[in-house]
Amino acid sequence: MDFIFNIEGGDFTNAGFASSEVKKILKKLNVDPKITRRVVVALYEAEVNVVAHAYRGVIHVDIDTDHIGIVLDDEGPGISSIEQAMQEGFSTASPKVREMGFGAGMGLPNISKNADVLNITSEVGKGTKVEIITYLKPQ
Amino acid sequence: MDAPFFFHALKVNEEVCIGCSHCMNACPTEAIRIWRGKAVIDENQCIDCGECHRVCPVNAIYVDQDEFDTIFNYKYRVALFPSVFIGQFPDEIKASQVYKTLLEIGFTHVYEVERAVEILNESILEYQEDTSREHPIISSFCPAIIRLVQVKFPSLVDNILKLGTPSDIAAQFYKKKLIDKGIAKEDIGIFYITPCAAKIAAIKSPVGEEKSVVSGAINLNNLYNRVYRKIKEGNPDNTIEAEPTELYDFEILWTLTKGESSRVNGRALAIDGIHNAMEFLEKVENEEVTGIDFLECRACHEGCAGGILNPQNRFLIVERMQDRVARNREKGGNITPSGINNYKEYLKRKLPLGEVVPRSMMMLDTNMAEAMKKMKLAQKIETQLPGIDCGACGAPTCRALSEDIVKGNASLSHCVFVQKVLMKNGEINMDTAFAIIDKIWGEQRVVRGSLKKNNEI
Ligand code: SF4
Ligand code: SF4
Repeated sequence: MDFIFNIEGGDFTNAGFASSEVKKILKKLNVDPKITRRVVVALYEAEVNVVAHAYRGVIHVDIDTDHIGIVLDDEGPGISSIEQAMQEGFSTASPKVREMGFGAGMGLPNISKNADVLNITSEVGKGTKVEIITYLKPQ
Repeated sequence: MDAPFFFHALKVNEEVCIGCSHCMNACPTEAIRIWRGKAVIDENQCIDCGECHRVCPVNAIYVDQDEFDTIFNYKYRVALFPSVFIGQFPDEIKASQVYKTLLEIGFTHVYEVERAVEILNESILEYQEDTSREHPIISSFCPAIIRLVQVKFPSLVDNILKLGTPSDIAAQFYKKKLIDKGIAKEDIGIFYITPCAAKIAAIKSPVGEEKSVVSGAINLNNLYNRVYRKIKEGNPDNTIEAEPTELYDFEILWTLTKGESSRVNGRALAIDGIHNAMEFLEKVENEEVTGIDFLECRACHEGCAGGILNPQNRFLIVERMQDRVARNREKGGNITPSGINNYKEYLKRKLPLGEVVPRSMMMLDTNMAEAMKKMKLAQKIETQLPGIDCGACGAPTCRALSEDIVKGNASLSHCVFVQKVLMKNGEINMDTAFAIIDKIWGEQRVVRGSLKKNNEI
């Protein structure tokens, strides 16, 4: 099953909408609460990243009985060094964003902790694509 | 429907219910539907919060309680009552008078539940020392909140504080105390005076405990009337002497908002009101809010002062309880020990709760592939519905109807808009349409296009 959500850059008020919707869906599908929690936490972090750094983005969620695949595609400045961004505590968030309590550099490492597969590709000046896969059965 | 997990304390009186749908729209877990003109509560989804009871215009939602006279089945009758009970009475009626009157009307012992708070508070602080626990720790005090977590936030069940409540401790204490005095177990009846339905459900089917030591639950509202009347009658029995009534300030205030959160370690928040709790737990589950150590959640606004069985206004109750605290302070705050501390180690051993299991009731099917099929179908159905959530189908929202349909509990023609289209296309006639409406709203309720009470025909 596929679901699509749009994200507006800078709209912190609605950051978390997609993760809450996906959570409702997974509960209705009787996905294990622990797995649901991991998916939702990873997605929330990724959502906030788009809101904090990009201009806009689209989330594609693809659910089937053995995995949940999420792709966040954004138009934005992109990430120059993904390796650096993956380090705990690293953040490119602007002071304004930090003031709001976001962008403490928890983002990517926290997503990685909660995902079975995390792929990030980015083109500076164009945007970033984050792919998160969570398996429903032990691999 | 599967066998319910729980005893529920909230029931619909079908004789009285007019099928007005207020409760259906107020239910936070969407557990209510209207069928044949009456409210029907899905027992697997109900959390006993009592929101339906608050909004029912004809008092058709009743609380399944134990009658007062059942106390006389026991030789020794202990009234365990919460501090909010004292808060119902006007200032000129002192706590000691209430204590005494409870003895006059038939109890042999009275004990204010919050006397057990000191031991609980100490145990919570010890519990918090183990930092490996899931954070935030969610208070186990309000049974409606425990059930809410089980039903709607199953991934947070491990966050629930695995310790009993003040009433559990108080009941254990009093029972043990009487047994130690040589009284036979079967002769002891311990009755909890309850401000809400949730506490009754917790006594009849406890979560994380095998069996409650409480013998029955008495409706606080009924008892208030009985006691008040007795006081108004005058001629008190002067042979009866009231026990000391002083409690620590924090004990009296424990069940009010911030009563518990202000007494724990770390960053603690107090959330009251079932909808507020749902909104907040949603954020906690998504890890949108982090760094909180302790969450005091209560289903009722102003905590137990807002319980559905309190006869008085919650804000006045809070004021009176605060006045009582102030009076205690004036007296110098000397507490006459109730003896509970002699049993402290024993009571602490009894305090831990077992596992709290999730009972997620949101799923469309236990099998995920089936659930996906049903979800797809429900989505398709939803696009056919008008999306105005009018409730005329007997379900609270268009989405709820579409899910009821795929679960086999309703059909598309329950929607009045769909009916209109079907009639226009000649697929059903007027009689069939009326028959459907009768099924939902009760026979003969719709007469010449107007909704009427069943009995007016
Ligand atoms: S609120 Fe209306 S539908 Fe619900 S029990 Fe009361 S009368 Fe019946
Ligand atoms: S807040 Fe208190 S009165 Fe209200 S449901 Fe919870 S335990 Fe009962």
